[in-house]
Amino acid sequence: MTQHIDSVKTYATVWVVLLFLTALTTAVAHVDLGAFSVVVALTIAVIKMLLVALFFMHVRHSNQLTKLVVLGGLLWLAILIVFTLADVFTRGWLSVPGK
Amino acid sequence: MNTAVLPQRENYLNAGHGLKSWLLTKDHKRIALLYLITISLFFALGGVFATLIRVELLSPNGHLMSSDTYNKMFTMHGVVMIFFFLIPSIPAVFGNFFLPMMIGARDLAFPRINLVSWYLLVIGGALAIFAMVAGGVDTGWTFYTPYSTSYSNTWVIATALGIFVAGFSSILTGLNFIVTVHRMRAPGMTWFRMPLFVWAHYATAVIQVLGTPVLAATLVLVFCERVFHIGLFDPALGGDPVLFQHLFWFYSHPAVYIMVLPAMGVLSELVSTFSRKPVFGYKIVAFSSVAIAVLGFLVWGHHLFVSGQSLYAGMVFSFLSFFVAIPSAIKVFNWTATLYKGSISYATPMLYAFGFIGLFTIGGLTGLFVASLGIDVHVTDTYFVVAHFHYIMVGGAIMAYMGALHFWWPKMTGRMYPEGWAKLSALIIFLGFNLTFFPQFILGYLGMPRRYHTYPDEFQVLHVLSTAGASVLAVGYLMPLVYFMWSLRYGPVAGANPWGATGLEWQTASPPPVHNFDEIPVVTGDAYDYSRVVGEVMEVG
Amino acid sequence: MASEAHVETLALREQFDTAAQQKDASTLGMWIFLLTEIMFFGGMFMMYTVYRAVYPNVFGLASSTLDEVIGAVNTAVLLCSSFTMVLAVRGAQLGKRRTVMLFLVLTIVLGLVFLGVKGFEWNQKFQEHHVPGPSFHLEGTALQGQAQLFFSLYFAMTGLHAVHMVIGCGIMLFLLWKTYQGTYTAEYYTPIDMGGLYWHFVDVIWIFLFPLLYLIDRHLK
Repeated sequence: MTQHIDSVKTYATVWVVLLFLTALTTAVAHVDLGAFSVVVALTIAVIKMLLVALFFMHVRHSNQLTKLVVLGGLLWLAILIVFTLADVFTRGWLSVPGK
Repeated sequence: MNTAVLPQRENYLNAGHGLKSWLLTKDHKRIALLYLITISLFFALGGVFATLIRVELLSPNGHLMSSDTYNKMFTMHGVVMIFFFLIPSIPAVFGNFFLPMMIGARDLAFPRINLVSWYLLVIGGALAIFAMVAGGVDTGWTFYTPYSTSYSNTWVIATALGIFVAGFSSILTGLNFIVTVHRMRAPGMTWFRMPLFVWAHYATAVIQVLGTPVLAATLVLVFCERVFHIGLFDPALGGDPVLFQHLFWFYSHPAVYIMVLPAMGVLSELVSTFSRKPVFGYKIVAFSSVAIAVLGFLVWGHHLFVSGQSLYAGMVFSFLSFFVAIPSAIKVFNWTATLYKGSISYATPMLYAFGFIGLFTIGGLTGLFVASLGIDVHVTDTYFVVAHFHYIMVGGAIMAYMGALHFWWPKMTGRMYPEGWAKLSALIIFLGFNLTFFPQFILGYLGMPRRYHTYPDEFQVLHVLSTAGASVLAVGYLMPLVYFMWSLRYGPVAGANPWGATGLEWQTASPPPVHNFDEIPVVTGDAYDYSRVVGEVMEVG
Repeated sequence: MASEAHVETLALREQFDTAAQQKDASTLGMWIFLLTEIMFFGGMFMMYTVYRAVYPNVFGLASSTLDEVIGAVNTAVLLCSSFTMVLAVRGAQLGKRRTVMLFLVLTIVLGLVFLGVKGFEWNQKFQEHHVPGPSFHLEGTALQGQAQLFFSLYFAMTGLHAVHMVIGCGIMLFLLWKTYQGTYTAEYYTPIDMGGLYWHFVDVIWIFLFPLLYLIDRHLK
């Protein structure tokens, strides 16, 4: 298994981008985007996560199985959140006689 | 039959003596035996609680114990049986012992983590037992809020902590199995040459690592709520108790598949060996294991049908619950097809396999009843549900456990158990089980609520039948304890492959050497290839 | 064919056939552990998501009492610590013992700075009576129970994160000591690699906690 040793420059670039994105997300929070605010905030967070995962955690050099494990975890978290939210948001929908 | 005590060649049992060599072992086989002893003790403890429950239910007005005490009895019965017996059972004993051997490995990927897993179970168990001795817990094993967080005056936190610790035992076992299957297979052991027992344990391990952490998080939140009264589950403070149920059942539904998938893995081995035929539809059965693991995570809301969960969510969960029954049913069909035109032997392990097939099917079919929204409104929180899950867990999983114990006993100990007594106890267990739990379907349908110790007089006959059955069942479970112990000293010495089974574990001596194989095998054939087994001895290569 | 029994070393334990196999197994094992951590934190993220969706205004109000500048700076501190951590791992890959030690020390220092700032923030919350309990009160809303929910989740999630940070610092100290002793080489530095994965993961958790807790509805202030 060949080892990929990334350069300091690569890491430093990612680091600077991460800091920039942090400043960006803080600044954008002050702009009124309505419902879009949370979408933007989460998108930036996801990008930061991907940068840390791919570069700092070396996922971009990893095998398929590692990538599957990461994706699986995120998918399973999504299942927990989405299905529960689906319950909470649809509670008032169907009116049942007597309820 | 040779019953003498021979000078034994070196094996994992006699290599290294003294308590330290066992308590600090890294050998997966020794760890498996440590687990066997531990969970047998927990099973006995859970059985004591069951006995007290059944004795109390002999009479309609509950004069053996108060309601509060009764609440503690069923809670502790559930907690012990689920978290400290069933969840570890087959994976921790037979998975630990045989998974490495079945894939031709010398041990699991992380032997020291394996030992840590055992210690975590023991520590968790000690905490739970402390809670019981100190006064017990009365919330039900499901710890529903707000009772568990705001009102119960019992040892909730200690019990929750014990379960939390035991949960990490389960997570580490799962982690170990996944890495082992991916990275430690012998040359030639491709995924589709692995025994289905391994597939089942791999699928189980995936559930363990994905689901158990959510239980851990839930218990942390219960602790926070109970100690700091933060209101997460308290309606008065804007919280929602149903959220607890979502978090709890997100783990606890897949948990039932942690309990039953390994049992199904055992079944594949037993049905194949004692029909002397490859399992019908190997790949389908393998994929079904994975399908159960995945689909099992999408159905938890069927425990929340009457909780206040939205009706739309209920309908979706109900549909998915029907769906998850399909791979289980496929497995039952495939085992049955395996039997067809097989050379059937009625050895004790096979009797347990037959018991599993029949009783798991009944349990599974009644699962469809409770998965139906309309029926569930009627039978939820009644004895119908109690009977449903005991058919699966006792009629299914524990039968498979007993089958596994008898099947692999000669391999683990080098001794054969007495077949006559074993068959008799299998029969007693089968009869006792049905007498205990079938009346409970009727009781539940007629309206007997679960977790109640007083009931209308007209239910007494059924309760008495159930308790009678429980006594028979108890006898059936005690008998193996006696004859297995007897066999260690007086049982006939077993050879490497007394059943003529396939599988790499049968290619090595009984009991196996410390490093499992004198030479790591190179695998060239499929699993369940009986043409390569000549009499009792399997031809290698 | 048959794998010979070999003398056990750190890089090649007896259950493995090759050092590459062991490294692969360790890495996979670590990633699966991180998977369990995703689900462990996930339970609380779910609770947060539901309650924020149901009480968006109260959560916005409560969030605005957190100091976003301190939060952003702390986020930057943690990102810097991830940078120093990955440089430590890189140093290990190159077998440069002193480099590893330098960057491990920097990582620990930055981690402690993060924890110190966290402690300061928590103390601030305590002063302002925003800690859930009998003396809790958030100005500007009648929904005190709901407001308390925000802070319960704030303390639970940042608390759990802080626990992981403390453990992380402990792990880094251990690795520092072992590096000092010369345990690791360019051929075998797996524990540093694994420690790095853990540290980065804890950083990723904070990457999500920061916007979710500190940046709700800031445009309204």
